[in-house]
Amino acid sequence: MISITDIMTVAPEIFMLTMACLILVLDTFSNDPQRRLTYYLSQLTLVVTAVLVSQLSPEQTAYAFGNSYIDDGMATVLKEGVFIIGFFAFLYSHEYLKEHGWLKGEYFVLGLFAILGEMILISAYSLLTVYLGLELLSLSLYAMVAMHRKSTAASEAAMKYFVLGAMASGMLLYGMSMIYGVTGSLQLETIATTIENDTSNILLVFGLVFVLVGIAFKLGAVPFHMWVPDVYQGSPTCVTLFLASAPKLAAFAMAMRLLVDGLQPMLDNWQQMLIILSILSMATGNIVAISQTNIKRMLAYSAIAHIGFLLLGLLSGTASGYAGSMFYVIIYALMSMGAFGMVILLGRKDFEADELAHFKGLSDRSPWFAFMMLILMFSMAGVPPFLGFWAKWFVLKELVDAGFVWLAATAVFFSIIGVYYYLHVIKLMYFDKADSMTAIKASKQMRFALSVNGLALLILGLMPGALLAICISVMSIAA
Amino acid sequence: MIILSNVLVLAALLFCISVAGIFINRKNILILLMCIELMLLSVNMNFIAFSHFLGDINGQVFVFFILTVAAAESAIGLAILVVLFRNRGTINVDDLKSMDG
Repeated sequence: MISITDIMTVAPEIFMLTMACLILVLDTFSNDPQRRLTYYLSQLTLVVTAVLVSQLSPEQTAYAFGNSYIDDGMATVLKEGVFIIGFFAFLYSHEYLKEHGWLKGEYFVLGLFAILGEMILISAYSLLTVYLGLELLSLSLYAMVAMHRKSTAASEAAMKYFVLGAMASGMLLYGMSMIYGVTGSLQLETIATTIENDTSNILLVFGLVFVLVGIAFKLGAVPFHMWVPDVYQGSPTCVTLFLASAPKLAAFAMAMRLLVDGLQPMLDNWQQMLIILSILSMATGNIVAISQTNIKRMLAYSAIAHIGFLLLGLLSGTASGYAGSMFYVIIYALMSMGAFGMVILLGRKDFEADELAHFKGLSDRSPWFAFMMLILMFSMAGVPPFLGFWAKWFVLKELVDAGFVWLAATAVFFSIIGVYYYLHVIKLMYFDKADSMTAIKASKQMRFALSVNGLALLILGLMPGALLAICISVMSIAA
Repeated sequence: MIILSNVLVLAALLFCISVAGIFINRKNILILLMCIELMLLSVNMNFIAFSHFLGDINGQVFVFFILTVAAAESAIGLAILVVLFRNRGTINVDDLKSMDG
């Protein structure tokens, strides 16, 4: 039986779905080459859904549809993060698509469906809802990557993303079927209570390995990272921006739900595996990024390194460690969005500013945006007082508290290697001569949004306490 | 008499064939899509076997969802394949190498 409380718990999702379908229909009747109606309605949908989520968020954890769906503090915070990032991503994308002349309404509809998938994934509390949320997100992203039909690189990236993503889903499902076979249930809570006393079942360990491979694929952790650089580089920049920011929050939530909520009794097993994934990711990401000349590809390797750092908080196995990871992933999504926003800002019709060389002498062309890029790069590198420093600091502190001092030392070592390629970008901007002094052409909204994005990292970096306190409070309730 | 492990071994074999197909195949992307489909079907087999032997209906419900999503997935996969073929005139796996590093 479906009750009214069930419906109320998923009201934001229902609203989002209705609006996405409505916008799809309205868009077919629109002749406006700028697609203003589609764009403004999409943004309005995001704002209204964000308000709905915050208004309907329950005091205590709410479950719906026979424990398949959960609405807790973590879900509310991550969803709000997804909406804020989605709002900015749409704004940047609208500019990009207008400038490059292939603005289509479907972009925003697919974006809304991807965000709906993220919401479902964040709130999923059974294996079935995890799978459905994940597929809704992934299928929308595959289509978005392939949307620029004339681009050879984009179609190749889409194909790679599709094949590897579908394979990852297959692995994840295979693992899920094993876990189902052992526990006889799809609900994560029931799974956790069933395996509490006996985690040595070989089928269960198999299931865990396959599920973990699926999660690592979606997060882009080494050795399952093959798709990340190619997809980031090949996709149109606005799609790269979209898939490099908000989906990371959803992938983090998926890891939390499956590993912490569902397979918590097997902490010892997955902790070992995450340690290996995390060290490999930090090493590969930071070292290979140094040799890149394409900034999108460089940021892809930097994303891999950041995922390695994110896993450190997860594997510490404590509530504050999870809070550290959550803090990290939100901040990472903000930084990554800003960095790809800069690539969009410097581009213009028939020209993508995706080579590092295009950033040469940016301080002469536009001192303000060179300063924004400086904030972003320093923040990604983890230089105090920027926000990225606090994210790294908090994860490391939790790691040391959990007794992994050697792992923290390794993480610091690789971060220091990573500083090189971020500083290289800053050197290019401030100390090299620009190849051409073309003025930067961008609308007021774009300039404003990018400035807000950059300054947020500086201002929040000066007072990181509030966001961190929110992360800690929602996690300590959950755990 | 079929016992649970018989079905699980068969599903595992199918799964291995599909993974091997994805990694060994260097010729044709269509075959990759077939392998992905085979992978999902082997998972379905697992679910149905468990569902039957546990006497629990949830596993079979899951299979319906997997089948539906797999249909949507192959639709998108084939659409991407068509776009790729139009742009490059080939669907050879070895030709997907324009980005490196």
